[in-house]
Amino acid sequence: MSTSIDLPVLTPKDFASDQEVRWCPRCGDYSILAQVKKVLPTLGIPKENFVFVSGIGCSSRFPYYMNTYGMHSIHGRAPAIATGLKVVRPDLQVWVITGDGDALSIGGNHFMHMIRRNVNLKVILFNNQIYGLTKGQYSPTSPQGKRTKSTPYGSVDAPLTPVSVALGARASFVARSVDVDIQHLCMVLERAAHHKGTAVVEVYQDCNVFNSGAFDFASKKGEKEENCIYLEHGKPLIFGKARDKGVRLNSQNQPEIVELGKGISEDDLLFHDEKADDPTLAFLLSQMRYPDSPEPMGVFRAIDRPTYDDELNDQVRDVTEKLGPASLEAMLNSGDTWTVA
Amino acid sequence: MSAVDAETNGNFRTTEQVDAVVIRFCGDSGDGMQLVGTQFTNVSAVFGNDVSTLPDFPAEIRAPAGTLGGVSGYQLCFSSTDIYTPGDEVDTLVAMNPAALKTNLADLKRGGTLIVNADAFGKSDLSKAGYESNPLDDDDALAGYRVHKIDMTRLTRDAVADLGLSLKEADRCKNFFALGLVYWLYDRDPSTTQEWVKSKFAKRPELAQANLAALKAGSDIGYSTQAFTVHYKVPPAKLPPGKYRKITGNEAVAFGLVTAAHVSGKELFYAGYPITPASDILHELSKLKNFGVRTAQVEDEIAAITAAVGASFGGAFAVTASSGPGIALKSEGIGLGVITELPMVIVNVQRGGPSTGLPTKTEQADLLMSMFGRNGECPMPIVSCSTPGDAFDAAREAMRLAVEFMTPVFLLSDGYIANGAEPWKIPNLSDLKPIDFKHTREPNGKDGEYLPYLRNDRLVRPWAVPGTPGLEHRVGGLEKWDVTGNVSYDADNHQHMIDTRAKKVAGIADHIPEQPVEGPDSGELLVVSWGGTYGSIRTAVQRAQRAGHSVSLAHIRYLSPFPRNLGDLLKRFDKVLVPELNNGQLRFLLRAKYLVDAQGLNKMKGKPFLVSEVYDAILQHLGKA
Ligand SMILES: Cc1ncc(C[n+]2csc(CCOP(=O)(O)OP(=O)(O)O)c2C)c(N)n1
Ligand code: SF4
Repeated sequence: MSTSIDLPVLTPKDFASDQEVRWCPRCGDYSILAQVKKVLPTLGIPKENFVFVSGIGCSSRFPYYMNTYGMHSIHGRAPAIATGLKVVRPDLQVWVITGDGDALSIGGNHFMHMIRRNVNLKVILFNNQIYGLTKGQYSPTSPQGKRTKSTPYGSVDAPLTPVSVALGARASFVARSVDVDIQHLCMVLERAAHHKGTAVVEVYQDCNVFNSGAFDFASKKGEKEENCIYLEHGKPLIFGKARDKGVRLNSQNQPEIVELGKGISEDDLLFHDEKADDPTLAFLLSQMRYPDSPEPMGVFRAIDRPTYDDELNDQVRDVTEKLGPASLEAMLNSGDTWTVA
Repeated sequence: MSAVDAETNGNFRTTEQVDAVVIRFCGDSGDGMQLVGTQFTNVSAVFGNDVSTLPDFPAEIRAPAGTLGGVSGYQLCFSSTDIYTPGDEVDTLVAMNPAALKTNLADLKRGGTLIVNADAFGKSDLSKAGYESNPLDDDDALAGYRVHKIDMTRLTRDAVADLGLSLKEADRCKNFFALGLVYWLYDRDPSTTQEWVKSKFAKRPELAQANLAALKAGSDIGYSTQAFTVHYKVPPAKLPPGKYRKITGNEAVAFGLVTAAHVSGKELFYAGYPITPASDILHELSKLKNFGVRTAQVEDEIAAITAAVGASFGGAFAVTASSGPGIALKSEGIGLGVITELPMVIVNVQRGGPSTGLPTKTEQADLLMSMFGRNGECPMPIVSCSTPGDAFDAAREAMRLAVEFMTPVFLLSDGYIANGAEPWKIPNLSDLKPIDFKHTREPNGKDGEYLPYLRNDRLVRPWAVPGTPGLEHRVGGLEKWDVTGNVSYDADNHQHMIDTRAKKVAGIADHIPEQPVEGPDSGELLVVSWGGTYGSIRTAVQRAQRAGHSVSLAHIRYLSPFPRNLGDLLKRFDKVLVPELNNGQLRFLLRAKYLVDAQGLNKMKGKPFLVSEVYDAILQHLGKA
């Protein structure tokens, strides 16, 4: 008989903390919380080995609502905190919870460096294209011209596209989903959880108080099929309720929307390759933004790359092997020494 | 004492025995002055002298060659008695070019020896240094010094002529020529340097040979030139018995932290961002990976402190170091460390400020920033280093307080300590006590709960780390309910938490030594000092004591909380004098806390105190000036 010690079977409930969830009614954050609680028990990781690290913003309250280890930190710095933690504790699965303002404004620097180092972290970037917690100023992802409290005449800033930023830093895993698209979000989170390296998941999140409906195009049944392209590795880029439209590259190597039939077949379309070594095509896809074109959803990129935490810890091991185990005696006596009798 | 010895070539020279000598090498920043200064320090230390050094380099890495802005200097004092400073006045000045002469001559004492590279005093060199005529020809200007104009460039080229070097390579050896000459002048055994050259240039044997030849040519000139009528002997110092090495403050900080962690069975995590004069701590620790030290050069100082917070949450011993501007960036992250009550050490190697200030020069102006430079009521312990060697103990002490009291701790060093070197008695490993790193593994509440802010009798919370089953909890920057650690906006709880964090830090006073006094513990004048000014101030106080004055010294290591007897001590003296390389920051704290009429001696010139400056101030405050 097998005597293997089975991990206790966990359920979403086991991950619920005793703290009252305090987001506005109907905030998109609830759905994301629920999907995370659904995905974690499937991973075969003991509950105590999860850590949620967040910055500041509505979404960053997240760790309080999870019955795991967690840190609600300061604005924008969660990637750096999580990097320090992951480096000293590679045994833990560390999730970073951040908002569009948190990750891309104040924390832009850390966000980029976490990604280029490929620290083995799972990142959920709650993008509501607004500052929720500070009550409705425009964010670095808000469209130009956005009228908010701090931009009564419309913002003049050009927005960032989080997926493009991540790809620009050569992210090993980047995906996008929507808060209410439960199955798709679960799929993407699960894939992120299994990825080794920085896994950035941008989630379109409805802030129904300050930016209501910003992502209706990607949430509403009947509309989203027309407005979004659901990426699948190895499959052609097809969209539309009737799956009658596709994307191909034109002679300038720019994406172009075409109707299937009338001499255009699936084989003429762009095929999604999330494992491509070169992120160029993924970047092109990330630049397809609604309403100018349908927006890709799903996994843009998923490649293998060494992780920072592994490299750093391997180096410690290698150097120890080479130099031999530490000797304080040798360290303190290094250089020229002399004895006074 | 004086003797006459017959040299082999028939010259008769006087050998003078002296107690202490101050030498300064200065030249262009490309001339290798730091290197020869370090070599001289090493051979003197190995010989058994006490040594104290003051490297001084320009902020620009490569200022235009030969200009006043590009002068690099290295001063050292070596002695047959205990010394605490690199000296006020220079006995022997080696100037490699006109710019170096111009910027350093004022520090050479009357009657002192001046050695110049006469080859470097051509027209364009002179004009780059702003000389209208050659000062070497101006007998009036150099009257009162023993001047030796030596064609170092030419003599160096001759010495290496057979080795097939390019002219540029040959000329680069002239610092060794100068060193050889000074070795001869002070009767130093060059073998340590010879070994160093051989190993340094192991891959370029012709360069090793050239530098050795230049070194020898330099000392040969000493032998053969009639001009050098005296040479000097400085006998070994009577240092306490033991095994010694030379150490700089930055090395000592790195060694102290690694040692404390290692004897406690912990590994160190260090995150930093390069900044002068703190970078060497990162460099030193990066070499020590076989101690399990994990170092990360991260994207900025904010990332460094927050990575330290994350590592500490994970149970590692976390450290970050920087200098003023970087510490300013870290403030918010340090506050997070304070409210989450996680241990870590933050080293501030102070330099001249504000803003980028004087990057390569020393100052003590970040004391109030360490004390108050964070938002909210955010008290933190502060430990300071007094000398390069002392930084080893101060670093270990900072780590002890951090862990025993679950708090970030400031360790204050400065540019003078960081780059300065002194002989350091290598400690006996068995004397170094481990720090008690305790991680809670069991629930501490009833019903098997874990209460992250349930405090012990020192008001210290437990340190449970992720991965421990059953102790899952959340920490963060929002105010906490005491005991449960849940978020709380409750008015009374906030007051209670502020009071509690302050009380915890204040309580450290019961776990640090009382303030020692050098001299009688009451009298006319108490000099109070902290940090890297210790050497000059101690020397000045001792001089005043020997002259029969009623002066004592309290040099404070623990700046927050202050030692419990400090207030009492201050009141036992008629007057209190606080010399500081800032505008009166410690004085401000002492006045505020103890209501004493402390007076200041303040200097902000990017330079340490001269002993004479402090001595004069002491006499003045005693009414004896
Ligand atoms: C240093 C600092 N600056 C500013 C703030 C104020 N602040 C808190 S949250 C926030 C923006 C949050 O926006 P986002 O990341 O999009 O999160 P959301 O609230 O929309 O979830 C700001 C500016 C702060 N807490 N700290
Ligand atoms: S303000 Fe917006 S983002 Fe914040 S909780 Fe309310 S709905 Fe959610």
